[in-house]
Amino acid sequence: MSVVESGEDISAWETIRSGLRYSPELREGFWGTLLLALLGTAGRVVVPIAVQQTLDNGVNAPGGVDTGFVTWMAIIAAIAIMVTAFSSYLMTRRLFTAAERGLATLRIRAFRHVHDLPLLTQNTERRGALVSRVTSDVDQVSQFLVFGGVLGIVSVGQVLVATAIMLVYSWQLTIVVWICFAPLFLSLRFFQKRLSDAYAVVRRMVGQMLAVISEPVVGAVVVRTHAIEARTQRRIDDSIAEYQAASTKAQGLTAFSFSLGGVSAGLANALVLIVGIWLGLDGNITSGKVLAFAFLVTLFVGPVQMGTQVLTDAQNAIAGWRRTIGILDTPADLDDPGPAGVALKHGAVDVDFAGVDFAYPTGPLVLSGVTEHLPAGSRIAVVGETGSGKTTFAKLLTRLIDPSVGQVLLDGHDLRTISFSSLRQRVVLVPQEGFLFDSTLLANALYGDLNATRDQVVAAVAELGLSDWLEGLPDGLDTRVGQRGESMSAGERQLVALIRAHLADPDLLVLDEATSAVDPNLEMRIGRAMERLMSGRTSVTIAHRLSTAEQADEVIVFDRGRVVQRGHHLALVEQGGVYGRLHASWAAQQSR
Amino acid sequence: MSADSLTSGERSTLTDGFRVLGVAIRREPWVFTLSTLGSVLFGALTVADAWVLGWSTDHVVLPAFKDGARHQQGLTGGLVVILALFLGVALLRAVGIVARRLGAGVMQYRMQAAYRREVTRKYLELPMSWHQQHPTGQLLSNANSDVEAAWSPIAPLPMAVGTVAMMVIAVVEMVFTDLTMAGVGLLVFPLVILVNITYQRLSSPIFTRIQALRAELSEVAHESFDGAMVVKTLGRETEETERFAEKAYQLRDLGIRAGRIRAAFDPMLEALPSFGVLAVLGVGVLQVQHGNADAGDVVTIAYLLTIVSFPIRSIGWLLGEFPRSVVGFRRVHTVLDTPVTTSYGDAQLASTDTGALLEVDALGYSYVAGQTLLDGLSFDVPPGRTVAIVGETASGKSTLTSLLTRLVDPQAGAIRVDGVDLRDLAPGQLAGQVALVPQTAFLFDDTIRDNVTLSEDIADADVWEALRTAQADGFVAALPHGLDTKLGERGTSLSGGQRQRLSLARALVRRPRLLILDDATSAVDPEVEARILAAMRAATQGEGSTLVLIAYRKATIALADDVLFLEDGRIADHGTHDELLAGNPAYARLVNAYEVVQ
Repeated sequence: MSVVESGEDISAWETIRSGLRYSPELREGFWGTLLLALLGTAGRVVVPIAVQQTLDNGVNAPGGVDTGFVTWMAIIAAIAIMVTAFSSYLMTRRLFTAAERGLATLRIRAFRHVHDLPLLTQNTERRGALVSRVTSDVDQVSQFLVFGGVLGIVSVGQVLVATAIMLVYSWQLTIVVWICFAPLFLSLRFFQKRLSDAYAVVRRMVGQMLAVISEPVVGAVVVRTHAIEARTQRRIDDSIAEYQAASTKAQGLTAFSFSLGGVSAGLANALVLIVGIWLGLDGNITSGKVLAFAFLVTLFVGPVQMGTQVLTDAQNAIAGWRRTIGILDTPADLDDPGPAGVALKHGAVDVDFAGVDFAYPTGPLVLSGVTEHLPAGSRIAVVGETGSGKTTFAKLLTRLIDPSVGQVLLDGHDLRTISFSSLRQRVVLVPQEGFLFDSTLLANALYGDLNATRDQVVAAVAELGLSDWLEGLPDGLDTRVGQRGESMSAGERQLVALIRAHLADPDLLVLDEATSAVDPNLEMRIGRAMERLMSGRTSVTIAHRLSTAEQADEVIVFDRGRVVQRGHHLALVEQGGVYGRLHASWAAQQSR
Repeated sequence: MSADSLTSGERSTLTDGFRVLGVAIRREPWVFTLSTLGSVLFGALTVADAWVLGWSTDHVVLPAFKDGARHQQGLTGGLVVILALFLGVALLRAVGIVARRLGAGVMQYRMQAAYRREVTRKYLELPMSWHQQHPTGQLLSNANSDVEAAWSPIAPLPMAVGTVAMMVIAVVEMVFTDLTMAGVGLLVFPLVILVNITYQRLSSPIFTRIQALRAELSEVAHESFDGAMVVKTLGRETEETERFAEKAYQLRDLGIRAGRIRAAFDPMLEALPSFGVLAVLGVGVLQVQHGNADAGDVVTIAYLLTIVSFPIRSIGWLLGEFPRSVVGFRRVHTVLDTPVTTSYGDAQLASTDTGALLEVDALGYSYVAGQTLLDGLSFDVPPGRTVAIVGETASGKSTLTSLLTRLVDPQAGAIRVDGVDLRDLAPGQLAGQVALVPQTAFLFDDTIRDNVTLSEDIADADVWEALRTAQADGFVAALPHGLDTKLGERGTSLSGGQRQRLSLARALVRRPRLLILDDATSAVDPEVEARILAAMRAATQGEGSTLVLIAYRKATIALADDVLFLEDGRIADHGTHDELLAGNPAYARLVNAYEVVQ
């Protein structure tokens, strides 16, 4: 396709290359499509040739006007036009099919890969931007490929065909035409760079604008309760204005660069006639040929202008493509060993942390020197102040992150060698914020076990002692939970997360403050139910309410990224230390 | 879908499309005029090109070839005229192009910006209940891609208008050149337009569906990435990908269908003018034979046909944008035309340093008809008192806080602050005096300072004081840039407890006369929570604020002067914490659940 050199375009070529790698469908039948495109393009010279033949051999024929010749020529030309039209039809069909297939593959791959990106990346990268990378960015590429792609191929083909025919008519005039367009071609590089920069700003502004617009939508409660509508609107207005300014600037640049082609065309038209006459004076060319050349120049100018336009659109599309490919090129730093990996056996899991350190990239150590053995079937509570590393411990345990140093072992296997499918089946984490999908309660519960029946879900609810709650819901299991589950309270969302976990039936259950938003009575009831359900399995509970620690077989106490104490609750209370302090303040709160 | 319904659908889309454009033209008449003038100039000069070519053929080229070297003298002049004519036309045309394109851009972006401002203003005005019913993804696409779609026909508009002008000029020019040959041309133009319209008719339902599918795809992606934690921890990536792929494949298949239609029509649109030129040549030869025309006339008309046929497609592009535009416009207007049901009065609250008096009177609320959540709830909180509201999970406590802060209005009964019904207060009055710290903290994609001050002019010392009370000063001071540290989207780089504390500081710094905490320290460690409560007791007692706490933990509840025990949507019991503990077994069971083993 018509992408010219320059530093910018090297990466553009690379984008196209890896784009083709990720969407192999784009390459299927490419040469056939190209051949059809050239055939279709060739049809465009039929008319100028017909005009020339009519003038030279029809109107100005030696024996006066020759209508028979013109009739025959028109019939042949008409057939040629039909043949080329048919090849255009085939080409467009093939191009659409290949582009749509290829981009669907790219989109789905990128989507899948986002879920493989470390949670770390998902936190820093804006989610809205991730969404746009699998939606509008891909749409941009697809729109370009099917519209710009056809035009691009046809334009380049037409410029080549026009040049070839022009050469047949007169090599001197061909040179004249190319000289007239040389400044345009040379300036393209300059403009492409500017355009690429301008559109980069536009895309950045779109992202920023979307982020700010989402404030009154996602943060509606804060905006309303603090009455900061004016401030929010100001921020939105600013970002809208910035986006508008960036777009207008890019548009101005596009318009200016596009207008240059017309000037070159005017110059070419004039010089072709002038030089043509000059050549004609020496008898080197006929008047018909000079006039046909004027038509050929249109044939040349049209695609050049179209090509300039396509190049501009390409800047946008390639940037979109780059962003989508960028996702796929981001290594998932948690590698799934796949089917080759270890499959855990059913039954209680035993866990070992061996000299584990963890730090976020460029951050300080969050966890250091953790070496702990959690025996199979034990109930472990993990406590510590905010920022002590207990949540990081839970994430390492469930392989949401990998240790910077050391190993986490399940049944003696390094977590990194266990296949994800086995790991996610046997190890389940219930996070603090129960996220629900905008569907029914039942559909959300089934995230835990897709094969569970309705009765099994009802039974799971009962086993957790939540039947009363379920009966109180307007439509029972068919109650709609609203988007992100917001029709339910935070506590209820946590209940659904627990039902999911129970249905998932794991061998190692990790609860990260999973009941922080439910009332104490219910929390204790659930706690006892979970205990029953978890007997014979391993469970790790991250808790800031020490009531959980009191029930556990053992308590592990974190302080500033290290394990400082471990033992049964009563022993630790006796020991004092960090746990003693935490417990004293908890007890003081409870005894009021 | 029957052919009839398609046709009628298309007709209304066509009318509605022009109506949408009418809105834009009325709002930006000058930019529209400028870009249209640019386009007409461009069109006229494109036709002029043909005329210049014809003139040059007859007056310079053919005589030069006929007479050879004999006319050298006049020839130089002729050549200069050719150069001047072509270049002049080209330069003016360039001006036309810039005016047309820039004008169209300016108009399009202005309309987009104006509508985005209107839509987002509406988001700020519409009540919480409305927000709860509309998915984030949908609202974002209303403000972004729907606005974009609505004004997408502006881009090809000037070109299309210019094309119409160009067509008229070309036809006039043809008629004057040779009536017979012009007849052929007049046959081709309507045919091209007809084919274009047929194309739009066949493809527009597909494009409408594609637009809707894109929104659906985006919603799936949004939700799936939002729930990444669940997807990942339960290993549901494959199922999520299938959910996404289903939409992606539907989109793909529709795209291919649209491509097939286009593949059939594109070559037809290209071939029609070519056939026209062939016909002109055939007829032209006869005209020349009969001496009714000369070679230059044939060239001019053939050229006119060639150059005008391509731009005719811009009319097709314009019409092609209509279905998308109309759908986008309708979706945007669904938001814009939603009546704002929240009405305000003009009552003002006295700004004193004392706490506010809160009266809740026979309050009734239900989300679903027949399932009463709050039923005749009544209580008073005298100025400066602290009241804890205790109840089971899902007993309606959070709904009560939404009512107290007028995020929703009650279906029965009333809430009064200092004796004034919330619904009678002037806008901004309530927020100036009442602050809510919600269960789930929302942080802006901005600095810590801005998240606390919300861009109000508040001294750093006061910010730090609020942070200190909320026990957030320690971790904020430890951040790389202190108050100027930027938080990621939704503040995800902080822990749940830290976010809650910032959210608390945001409320405290405003020194509200009534402060409502909705289990706002649930993610905070007990030790830290105890410190927060102690600091707040000191701070609020000094200020005399009225405090309403939704709480489960005894330490929090014990802070309160009175405790209201919420059961079955009404106040089942009230008294001090100790009174309730002693006198109400249900209450005791609820709060005493955490038994402390010594």
